[in-house]
Amino acid sequence: MEIPYTVEAHPETGLNNGKIGIWLFLTSEVMLFGALFATFIMLRLGSDGQWAHMQEEAELNIPLATINTIVLIASSLTMVMAWASLMRGQLGRFKLFGWATVGCGGIFLVIKYFEYTAKFAHDHFPSSNTYLAIYFTMTGLHALHVIGGMAWNAYFTGPGSKLFHTNRQWLTDRVEHSGLFWHFVDLVWIFLFPVFYLL
Amino acid sequence: MAEPVHASPAHEEHHHEQSFWRKFIFSTDHKVIGVQYSVTGLAFLLFGFVLMMLMRWQLAYPGEPIPFVGSLFGENRAPGGIMLPDFYNELGAMHGTIMVFLGVVPLAVGGFGNFVMPLQLGAPDMAFPRINMISYWCLFMGGVTMFGSFFLPNGAAGNGWTSYSPLADTALNGQTAWLIGMIFLITSSLLGAINFITTAIQLRAPGMTWMRLPFFCWAQIVTAFLLLLAFPPLEAAGVLQLMDRVAATSFFIPDGLVIGGEVAEFSGGGSPLLWQHLFWFLAHPEVYVLILPAMGIVAEVIANNSRKPLWGYRSMVYSLIFLGFMSFIVWAHHMFITGMGSVMSTFFQTTTMIISIPSVIILSALFISLWGGSIRFNTAMLFALGFLPMFGIGGLTGLPLGLSAADIPLHDTYYVIGHFHYVVAPGTLFALFAGVYYWFPKVTGRMMNETLGKLHFWPSLVFMNGVFFPMMVQGLNGVSRRLADGGITYDFAGEVAGLNRMMSVSAWCLAVAQIPFIINFFMSIRNGEKAGRNPWNSTTVEWLAPSPAPHGNFDQPIEVVRGPYEYSVPGSDQDYAPQAEPAST
Repeated sequence: MEIPYTVEAHPETGLNNGKIGIWLFLTSEVMLFGALFATFIMLRLGSDGQWAHMQEEAELNIPLATINTIVLIASSLTMVMAWASLMRGQLGRFKLFGWATVGCGGIFLVIKYFEYTAKFAHDHFPSSNTYLAIYFTMTGLHALHVIGGMAWNAYFTGPGSKLFHTNRQWLTDRVEHSGLFWHFVDLVWIFLFPVFYLL
Repeated sequence: MAEPVHASPAHEEHHHEQSFWRKFIFSTDHKVIGVQYSVTGLAFLLFGFVLMMLMRWQLAYPGEPIPFVGSLFGENRAPGGIMLPDFYNELGAMHGTIMVFLGVVPLAVGGFGNFVMPLQLGAPDMAFPRINMISYWCLFMGGVTMFGSFFLPNGAAGNGWTSYSPLADTALNGQTAWLIGMIFLITSSLLGAINFITTAIQLRAPGMTWMRLPFFCWAQIVTAFLLLLAFPPLEAAGVLQLMDRVAATSFFIPDGLVIGGEVAEFSGGGSPLLWQHLFWFLAHPEVYVLILPAMGIVAEVIANNSRKPLWGYRSMVYSLIFLGFMSFIVWAHHMFITGMGSVMSTFFQTTTMIISIPSVIILSALFISLWGGSIRFNTAMLFALGFLPMFGIGGLTGLPLGLSAADIPLHDTYYVIGHFHYVVAPGTLFALFAGVYYWFPKVTGRMMNETLGKLHFWPSLVFMNGVFFPMMVQGLNGVSRRLADGGITYDFAGEVAGLNRMMSVSAWCLAVAQIPFIINFFMSIRNGEKAGRNPWNSTTVEWLAPSPAPHGNFDQPIEVVRGPYEYSVPGSDQDYAPQAEPAST
């Protein structure tokens, strides 16, 4: 059975179902990370002035995180390029940029892995203090989102791209929606980076 | 607008044979999923009720062996059949969790919302049928996790359904399984909420404007927004508590926490109050998740059986939206005794008093809708009518709890238990029963038995009050909740401790009163009187579909031409005018 407005836009809202669905999902994601940022604020305010000390002790690697920020912003760029290529009907370019996006996600995770293991090597664990606890929890949850986004993009670029030959508009919409999620994940990092590394 | 776009010719669907697994187990049809949700919800309601009946034995006859089944629970829970306090706590925590998250929500939202809403909108299915299926199976996994946690070596979670830290952070019982189960349930609700809202925005039949939506659909939409925005903070809180338990972090562990006389090995620096804020930020909107679909069902049943339009439909809808918005800024009225300070308390008292206004508007509108109607007293209507005063008692007893001066002595007494059970048990549950009797013909094509239905309603009404009214009396005498012996060791409970036996006997009689329902339910599926498309002479669109409706729902194009409750229209030759006329257009 065909569900109306899966591909074509609703005449009154001007949107298809997937676009509304992904934006609703993103609002719930805002609430999820919002609650965690609120937790960050509560812990920081309740730390009796120990926060700066804990942050100093943790010795987070600012250069590596800066590289990671650049990698993620680059991946948002390739994501848009992938979608734009589909809009122009260029399957080859779409695949190139699609895999580049997934690859950037991979580089981000590898760098994150080196950051984590360096912390563990210095006996900095989530249980050490509340600063490290919220650092590992929020960046860990963000990394899970990166993995999720990579999985979606890999699916649409790989096996899912067969849709190009049967329903190109649908594939383009799907890539646009997974791109919205990818930009959101990027945006969360843009908040995490200054909050943990710079402030 | 003029072209009905939801036409899905039935003959295409009928020849499309699916395997048993695709059709009944991993179905993407919203009606099958709705039935799956409903059956799961009803089963868990029964299970949660059984847990409570065990607790009621302990409260009525503390220290005496549980009859018949006492030996089943093993030596570490009930040696010699006598319930240990830890076992009582386990039952209490799981009763609350199961009733709220696995009983009422799956039935009211997942069940009725899924089954009825697309039909009332005139839609062929939900906007995302596969996500709908995944949502149900997430709920199922959550249910399995919760149920399975009873078989863990240290039993299921026993820290209250609120799981307050630091107790829940450090307890040795199945709290970790509880958290994992909750993450499944939250995922399920989120996916469901996205689906509901998208469906309501995109898939309304032509002519179904917002102010022609049945009140039930409005209730489901507002509920979906609450689930969408309130559950993620609890998910965050759940992740943090999981980290506290698994990775020994200190999000909710204060400095220098002492457990059993020794300083616990945590870094400290966390805030136990943070858990309460995050928890109640979900759990107050959750109260409205429990009650709004119930109001929606009651509105449908009352309009249909009083043969009158709903009085003040627009003001009811606006009240509903206002209620949904306000429910996000009242949460700390659950926390007056934490010493937040008078400024915070004043703010939350004010918002709490304000939020009672839209509830009163909706309830008043429902009462006034009865005025001058020629009421049909069928079972669905009886349950809907029972809802009105029961929810009224529940709501009005909540007002003293919204004011900190009155809340401080009443908090954590049986008064609170009585209050919210009046809202949820004879309130929401009665509405859900009304919904089962009302929409059963649409689901199965057969009517439920009226005599058995009345045999279900009247004893349920009496015994519900027998269980919950004495709680108010006990609470006003200061009997604390969560005491494994019902408070008999406290002097002040002396006068009212005897009420425990009355409540327990009422609870067991209430269980007996559900037997006619269970018999009726299963008997009517096969042997009930055959129902046509519209056995109740109702106006809303779901009754234009065949009973039971096929995959794709409608065998004719739907075009909505008028509002949802056009009953007793003057000058009309029948006493109702359906929202959409059969397609002679």
